[in-house]
Parts: sequence; structure tokens; C-alpha cells
Amino acid sequence: MTSRVKPLKSVNDFVIKFANVNGTGSASANKLFAKALFRMGLPVCPKNIFPSNIQGLPTWYEVRVSEKGYLGRRGGVDIVLSVNPQSMPQDIQELEPGGYFIYDNTKPLDLRLIRNDVTIMGIPLTRICNEQYKDPRQRQLFKNVIYVGALAALLDMDFAVLTALVADQFKGKEKLILPNIHALELGHKYAKEHFDCPIGIRVEKSDKVGDKILIDGNTALGLGALYGGASVVAWYPITPSTSVIDAFEKYAKRVRIDPGTGRKNYAIVQAEDELAAIGMVIGASWNGARSFTATSGPGLSLMGEFLGLAYFAEIPTVVFDVQRAGPSTGMPTRTQQSDILAAAYASHGDTKHVLLFPSTPKECFDMGAQAFDLADRLQTPILLLSDLDLGMNDNMSEPLVWDDSKEYDRGKVLSADDLDAMEKFGRYMDVDGDGICYRTYPGTHPDKGAFFTRGSSRDEMAVYTEKGEEYEENMHRLLAKWETIKSYVPGPEIILCGAKTDTAVLYFGTSEESSREALDYLAEEGVHLDAMRVRAFPFNKEVEQFIDEHERVFVIEQNRDAQLRTLLMAEFEFGPHKLKSVLCFDGTPISARNIRKQIKQLLPGNNVTPLHREKIASGAGEKS
Amino acid sequence: MSYQKPKFRHPDLAVNELGFTKADYEGSLSTLCAGCGHDSISGAIIRACHELSIPPHKIAKLSGIGCSSKTPNYFLGRSHGFNSVHGRMPCVATGAAMANRDLLYLGISGDGDTASIGMGQFAHVVRRNLNMVYIVMNNGCYGLTKGQDSATADEGSASKKGEPNLFPGIDLAGLALQLGATFVARSFSGDREQLIPLIKAAMTHRGFALIDVISPCVTFNNNPESTKSYEFFRDHAEATGTVDFVPMREEIKTRYPADSTHEVTMHDGSVIRLHKTSQHLNPFNRVSAMRVLDEHRNKGDILTGLIYLDRNSQELHELMQTSQRPLNELGEDDLCPGNRLLKNINAALR
Repeated sequence: MTSRVKPLKSVNDFVIKFANVNGTGSASANKLFAKALFRMGLPVCPKNIFPSNIQGLPTWYEVRVSEKGYLGRRGGVDIVLSVNPQSMPQDIQELEPGGYFIYDNTKPLDLRLIRNDVTIMGIPLTRICNEQYKDPRQRQLFKNVIYVGALAALLDMDFAVLTALVADQFKGKEKLILPNIHALELGHKYAKEHFDCPIGIRVEKSDKVGDKILIDGNTALGLGALYGGASVVAWYPITPSTSVIDAFEKYAKRVRIDPGTGRKNYAIVQAEDELAAIGMVIGASWNGARSFTATSGPGLSLMGEFLGLAYFAEIPTVVFDVQRAGPSTGMPTRTQQSDILAAAYASHGDTKHVLLFPSTPKECFDMGAQAFDLADRLQTPILLLSDLDLGMNDNMSEPLVWDDSKEYDRGKVLSADDLDAMEKFGRYMDVDGDGICYRTYPGTHPDKGAFFTRGSSRDEMAVYTEKGEEYEENMHRLLAKWETIKSYVPGPEIILCGAKTDTAVLYFGTSEESSREALDYLAEEGVHLDAMRVRAFPFNKEVEQFIDEHERVFVIEQNRDAQLRTLLMAEFEFGPHKLKSVLCFDGTPISARNIRKQIKQLLPGNNVTPLHREKIASGAGEKS
Repeated sequence: MSYQKPKFRHPDLAVNELGFTKADYEGSLSTLCAGCGHDSISGAIIRACHELSIPPHKIAKLSGIGCSSKTPNYFLGRSHGFNSVHGRMPCVATGAAMANRDLLYLGISGDGDTASIGMGQFAHVVRRNLNMVYIVMNNGCYGLTKGQDSATADEGSASKKGEPNLFPGIDLAGLALQLGATFVARSFSGDREQLIPLIKAAMTHRGFALIDVISPCVTFNNNPESTKSYEFFRDHAEATGTVDFVPMREEIKTRYPADSTHEVTMHDGSVIRLHKTSQHLNPFNRVSAMRVLDEHRNKGDILTGLIYLDRNSQELHELMQTSQRPLNELGEDDLCPGNRLLKNINAALR
């Protein structure tokens, strides 16, 4: 069809969105597409945008291809592959002018949907399937594979890479290989025969991937826990954290089986709820095993009371919180960074907790393992805050590496010999002056080192007391420990722009990629900003210094209430005039274009019209 | 306020196989009300552990919140203890037991802690058959918050306040049977002859062992209108029989008529000997146990003694096939697969 706008042209740089029906087997075909591009040496960033539903509702899969290596969401869509009539009106509207709309034309397109500024291409996917296959399930499944074959022709993908991937994917189920390759060929052939291939957007082999891997953050986190030495896992199923446990179990079954007895060197307990899950972690850690739970916002809320107990009783506790939007039937399958404050100050009483903010699967792995060392060393809860975007999407990542010479840091734990050699043991005595006391595991020594664990009403010897001055003394020691913690948690990553500037951006977790890309856009326009990625709470000195050195800092985060900004203001007493918010909380990952737009509005001189917070937050109408 | 006990002990105190006297199993001085049933249960626990010659440091005491949950401070001072949060002792015990299967886990809870706020956790620790002893110090009221009715208070029973309870009481022994408990007993804080052998048997049982111990609250719930008072209990209790616990190395001396006696060999070779008085109860049959328990309940009587024992109990570690070595003893070599595996994993992700 003709279009009044010039069709988009690009090589190795585009965004394609697949519009599917949930539960139709599209996920594996879409992944095949993304992975083939990855194997062609192209940086890819696939994102699954899915409903809280098993079957029937619309689901999307967005793949960003970027030779430059941008891995965040760009914003906007160049190609739509539409096989879901339900969402067609919305999908076609989302296309950039000059984009391509590829759809199943077995049924004619609703004329009201037609846009003149895009190229519309029909492939009779259903008809081809009905002619080729008798089994209804096959008709459904192969439809997806056929459109991948068609895309291979339209985008000029390396067909051999696709067939090799299919062979890999069905290793062990060889009889499925040929039918899948046949389906790919059907699509490929149809596209070649009916369209000018390639279209304006196409790909070429490249070498921008190197030794990188394609992995989701939850798998990396599960592996991190395995390498970190976790042996007791307690959890309650909740999206989007469930696959952390799945990954741990998958690999534990391979490598944690005692060769002599065939028994497990790990235990996974599916608890009755999150209250029990965190209690099990605390019980196991108290008893000297490394233990963790994985959860999401609603689970974190339920864990509040126990997290307070772990803080006061000083029990190592590792929690992986894969954040999502909203409570209850909110948006459990949509991403957000909205548990920051709930995690930082979880529980009643004066409590604050250590937070880790990974931004890549590699960091999920590293920090996931490190969390156990930190918990043992610092004897306090460690909450690693990932999110759905990082956890459930395949991300291009540096390969995972373990330093075999490294030893676990089990912290200040006394053995029977230690107890025999010392004069006096007091569980809550600050012997070293760093606020961290020595502990013993139950069963260590016949008559030394036993103590009674309880909340805050105890003295240095762990004996019950309600004396105000002893309580205060203990609380001051916990603050001294908090200072010690700052030297243990990962410091920020600071990227100076090289030009003289009094303005900076601050981001954390999954906002990293889009933020960096936005900064490149701005630099092209002559706006140079320094940047800092915060990796942990409590914030260490460098964080404070960086903010201090700048006139204004844009804090980029994926929640409504600017939670990290609140945390920065609470801990450092920076004024609101200094820290400005760049926000996105619509449940989709923040995009580079959105960040650029919001920053431009916030920059001095550009702020001509009064800005309303809502307007900024929603990206001023731009789809994030 | 924490009181210190006098250190002086009688020089002729009996010693057990480990050379320990009963004093070695004691804890801090109790701060509960004088005459509280809970203190008698603490005493029975001390006696049972001493007589079983359990090394005190090989026991972990866990509790929730309430008068009952304070008691672990008053016994076994050489054992680690954990006073956790209200109603959540079972999960802490589960985690602890998963980490080290070699300790004996003694959970102390109350009727509020178990039958109300902790009901969910109780149900699940029972069905998992965690290897632990779970003692409920059951007084039918919330002592620490001044005597409100608890969920085990019987319908129509009135505490000191005088208001009859509107709701049927929850029978924890019956509930545990339904949930699949492998050891269910009920006793009375004032009956040490019955309670001590039951605690010993529970400690030898491999799996979840519940002892629901009626333990009157002398301050708030010991009036004549209460069904959890000393008086009511003495008038309405009927024992399933008596229980002897014979440690594995001890010669069996006593003799009872064979037709009413069952001997059960426990996992460590000890023997529990049941002398039945109830005609209808078969304590090895869950359905029989549930029926007899209900019959007594309908008559307004309280059935005590060993109510049910599953001789084929498989505790959680067995069900899950976890390592025989305690998980907390595994070192980095056992736990960390090393960089070689990661190289393979990376390769598969390209």
C-alpha cells in the first residue's frame, strides 16, 4: 500500500512490537526472533508486556535492536506484527509515522483502522496454517513460527541462524525440529513472493555482542543465591518473583545433590504465606544456614513485622524483592520501582534496612551472592530490590563470573574453641567498636554461648530488661552499626560528562539504560549532564558529595511519589529545590525519549510554562 | 525485671547419664503469677529433659508471644532460645529445623498464639510434620492483656469478668488429628505423672508432636464458671490410660496385664508403654482417636493422655530428602559450584 510519509529506513536500529493473544505459544516464537538477532551480533532488548492472565488477553513483546548498544526502552514503535484483533486499533495507533504494520489478513482489515502514513502488509497466517495443519493446536503454534519466518525475509535476517536456533531449542525432541523449520520456510517463502524484501528497515550481521549473554534477572538472581551458598529457601508464589525460586531449584537439582546419598544439599519450603516465608528465613539464618526468600510488594508488606524483629534481634536475613505495580488486583505483571520506602523503613519502631539496587542480570548475580556475605557480616536484613522489567525480561548482560579464590564471609560467629578461649560472652556486646557483635549458633558449646533471642528489650548479655537507658544504648549501637554498614555496601557509579556543569542526573536499577541513552540525546543537543547511579542504601559519603557538588540533580525513578528522592532528603536533609523528579509509573519500563523530554522541561530556561506534577509524571502525553 | 536464682544447690542432687543435675536444666526465675499452671509445665520439661539425659545445648527453644511464650526463659538456660513474634513460632522453628536437623526443637505456644493469630501457621507446621515438640500452654484466655477470652475457651465458659463466651472453643488436639498430626496428646499442668512421660515420648517421636496442656490461669480464668479452671478439670478429665516412657538402655521392670498394654518402640530404641483404660480408643488409628475425642467433648469431658501416635511417621527432612548432614554444616565446597559451571551456563545463554 502507498503511504504519504516516507517509509522508515534503518539498518540495525529499530523497535518492533508483537501483538499476541496470551496463552497461544507466541512467547517462544518471539524469543526465537530476538535470540536470532542476538546471534547475528546485534544488541537486542526484548520486553514482555503481559497481562495478569493465563489465556485470552492481549500480550505484547517489544524488541529493541540497537547497533549502538542501547538496551533500555527507546519509546515509539517502528514495526507492529499484529495477530491479535482485540488490540489492533491500539497497536496501529502506536506506530511511528513511516512505520510498518504487518498483520494476519485472513480476515480483511477494518477500514477504519487504516493509517495513510504507515506501510500496511498482510500475510494470511491463519489461512496458511489451516491449509498446512489439521490439529488445532498446531495451527495455533505454527502461526507464530510462520510470522518469524516472514520477518526473516522482510528484515533480511540470516535464515541459517534461525534454523540453528530451532535445532538448539529442540535438543532432545528432535522430531520437532523439521516441522518448525518447515513453518519458518512457509513464512519466509510467502514474504519473498509477495513483498519487496527487505523492507526499509533491515538488519546486517554485526559484532556488537561479544561474549555477552541473554538472561533474565530472576535466573541470574537464583544463580547468585546458589553461588552465595543459600541452603534453606522459603517462599510463597507471587509474580514477578516466582522464577527466582524456579531458577534456584533448577540449578540446585543439578549441582546440590550429595553424590553418595542422592540427597539434597538444600531445602526449598513453599510456605503458607509470606509471613511464614520470612520467619523460616530468620529461623534458618539464626541457626547458621544461609537462607533467603523472594517476593514482591504485597509479600514485602506482610513481612514487615518480622523484618523489624530481624533488625532488632540482629539476624542475617536476605530478601529479594522483585518490584511490580500496585497491591491486590493492581498491575501484578507491570513493572515499577515503588517499594523503595516500604523496604527501607519496613516494620514498626525505629528500623532501617540495607537495600541493594542491581541494574543488570550480572549485578543480580553478583549482588545476589554478595547479599549473603553482607547479611552475615552485618547481622541485619538485606533487601535486594529488582523489578519485573529486569527480573522477567531477557536482558543482554555481561557473562556471569565467579572468583573461585573468594571465600564466603560468615561474619562474627564464635566456635566452641573461641568460646573456651574468651572470658565472657555477651551476644550484644560491641567488642570491636563497630557496632557489630559476636553471635553463636545453637548447639555450639555444651555450656557456653547460649543466649535468648528476643526483640529489643534486652541488655548486652541478652538478658531481659526494660530499663530505658539500656534500650537507648542499644539503639545508639545499632546506629553505630549503620555507619559501619556504609563502608560495606556497594558505592555509586559516577559518570562525569567532561564538560563544566552544575546539573546532574541520579538514577538506579532499571532506569540506567534509558537514562544513559537520554543523556546521549541531550549531549547531541549540547546539554551535558553528570550522572550517578546509586547502588545501595544506606547511601555512602560519595553519594552525598556528588549531590552536594551540583546545583540541581534530576532523580529518575519509576514510581509516583519520588521515593528515592524522599529517602535522599530524609537521610541527607537536601532541600526539595535541589532534587527534581523525573518519573514514570505507568507500569511499562521508563523510556529514553520520556526521560529526555522531562529533563528538557526541567532545565533552567526551558521551563516557560508552569508545570504540573501530573503532566511531568505522565511524560506530558508521550507514551513512555 | 529479671530475677536471679540463688546458685546454691543441694550437694546430693541426682545426676543423669551426662553427669548433669536437674539444676543444669533450669532457667531464670519465673516472673509469671504465683500458682500459674505454666510454671508446672516448665518444671515437667526440666524433669523430662534431665531424665532423658539430653545435652541442654542440643535443644533449641522457640516461642511466640504471650505468658506461655515467656516460659522458655524459665527452663533450659544452657539452650539457645528464640522468643519470636506473635503466632509465628512455627515458621521460625521450620527454618531452624531445616538448617540443622540434629537439634531437638521445643516449641512453646499458648492458646491465643496458636488458635487465633497463629492458626494458619499451626495448621501448616502440622501438615508438614516438622520434627518438633509443640506444647500449647492452654488456659483459654489472654493473660498478658488481662484476661480476654481466647479461641479455645469453651462456649458458655466464663472467665473472672463473668461474661459467658459466645463461641464454640477450638479443640487443638482434634484439629491436629484432622490436619494429619503424627503425635497428639493432651494433659494437665497439675498432673506431672502423666505430663512428664508424655513430654519424653513426644521428644523421642520423629515428626510433629503436639501436647495440648490445660494450664489454668490463676489470675483471670480460675473461677467456678470457667471450664479451664483447676476445679473443672479435676471433675471432668478422663485419661486414655497411663503412659510409661522407658529409655532405650533401661531394663523394663514393671509389668501390666498384657491385654491392656501396648508397647511402642520409638526411633531411638526407647519404648513407650501405654496402659489403656479407655475401651474404645485405638491410639494407632486416627479415626478411632477422632471419634473418642469427640465423644468425650460431647459429654463435656476432657480426654487426656496419648490420643494418637503414627508409628510410620515421616518427618519433613525425610519427605524432602534433604542431606543427612545438617545444612548449616555444609561448607563452601558443598555449596558453591564454582566458575566452571558458570562458563557452561553462559555458553548456553548465547
